[in-house]
Amino acid sequence: MHEMGITQGILTASFDAATNAGAETISEIRISIGELTEIQEFALQFAFEALTPGTMAEGATLVVTHIPATSKCNECGIEYEHDRYQMVCPECGAFNVTSLTGHELQIDSLETPDELDSQPATANSPAPTDAQGE
Amino acid sequence: MEIDLSKPILDMNERLAAENRAELDRHGVFVLDLMASPGAGKTSTILATIEALRDRYRIAVIEGDIASKVDAEKVKAHGIPAVQINTGGACHLESDMIKRALSALPLAELDLIIVENVGNLVCPTDFYLGENAKVMILSVPEGHDKPQKYPGIFQVSEAVILNKVDTMPIFDFDEDEFTRVVRSLNPTSPIFRISATKGEGVDEWAKWLASRIDELKASTAEEGKRP
Repeated sequence: MHEMGITQGILTASFDAATNAGAETISEIRISIGELTEIQEFALQFAFEALTPGTMAEGATLVVTHIPATSKCNECGIEYEHDRYQMVCPECGAFNVTSLTGHELQIDSLETPDELDSQPATANSPAPTDAQGE
Repeated sequence: MEIDLSKPILDMNERLAAENRAELDRHGVFVLDLMASPGAGKTSTILATIEALRDRYRIAVIEGDIASKVDAEKVKAHGIPAVQINTGGACHLESDMIKRALSALPLAELDLIIVENVGNLVCPTDFYLGENAKVMILSVPEGHDKPQKYPGIFQVSEAVILNKVDTMPIFDFDEDEFTRVVRSLNPTSPIFRISATKGEGVDEWAKWLASRIDELKASTAEEGKRP
């Protein structure tokens, strides 16, 4: 869902961060996607290939880390990994659970082959990303 | 060389949503993001909710549709302020659209804003608008298998409204199966059985919403977010 717009957002944020750090090319972009989001990796990769030619990320690799869904049972206290349909506590059967992970949609880091003058910057650019849906 | 970002992908939408939330908290306004398929009964549920709560709370509605003012006109005909957003093709509302709509409403004179999202069981799920709660409506004619087919929207909703329960005798709707799958996806959100147009079950749903509004008012006053 909206992978094209989301990929554009990833690229805009990446270009800003790379430029702020003094880089001119990006060789890798690393992102984390939670299993409970509706984002499909194949659609992201497809959009990435379509959008990167002619940009500073031309030829770059998009590396996707999939974060599994985990929850914590508020009755017996266990934390457990599960799929979308098994949120009920597997230990005591309680409904009173809190979702911990699985909703992530994050750009983690970039890799540049360029020599940078100073320490790599963290994302400090206030420039907006554009994640409008198609 | 590595450049660390640790930045949300939907950064802009999240930031604007947080700004919306801060502005709304300043005035103690509760915002409900109401999601459902086209025709499930969002507007009817909104009208029924207004009738149940208008004597207690000052209400406004933000309508989201691809095109037309049909829904905003329906709400205004009941004497409630309504702002119509036309997305022109976007399949869900985002926080920049809500920000613009909020600027057209007298926030200092409101207690509740109901946002009617674009009719869609998929896309609104991942877009935080600055609301206090997302609630979804599933109507009986759509079928009891929708939670299995569209799990995301059931998981993010703080309440699930089952509408058009008066049509149960006509449709082959297995309510036990529906409840079982909703519970496996979302163990805690209440399920409200209603007929928005006939009024059945609306009081219980309105009571839940009222308790959430009162909770917000108490907490925003306590935290000094509003005078």
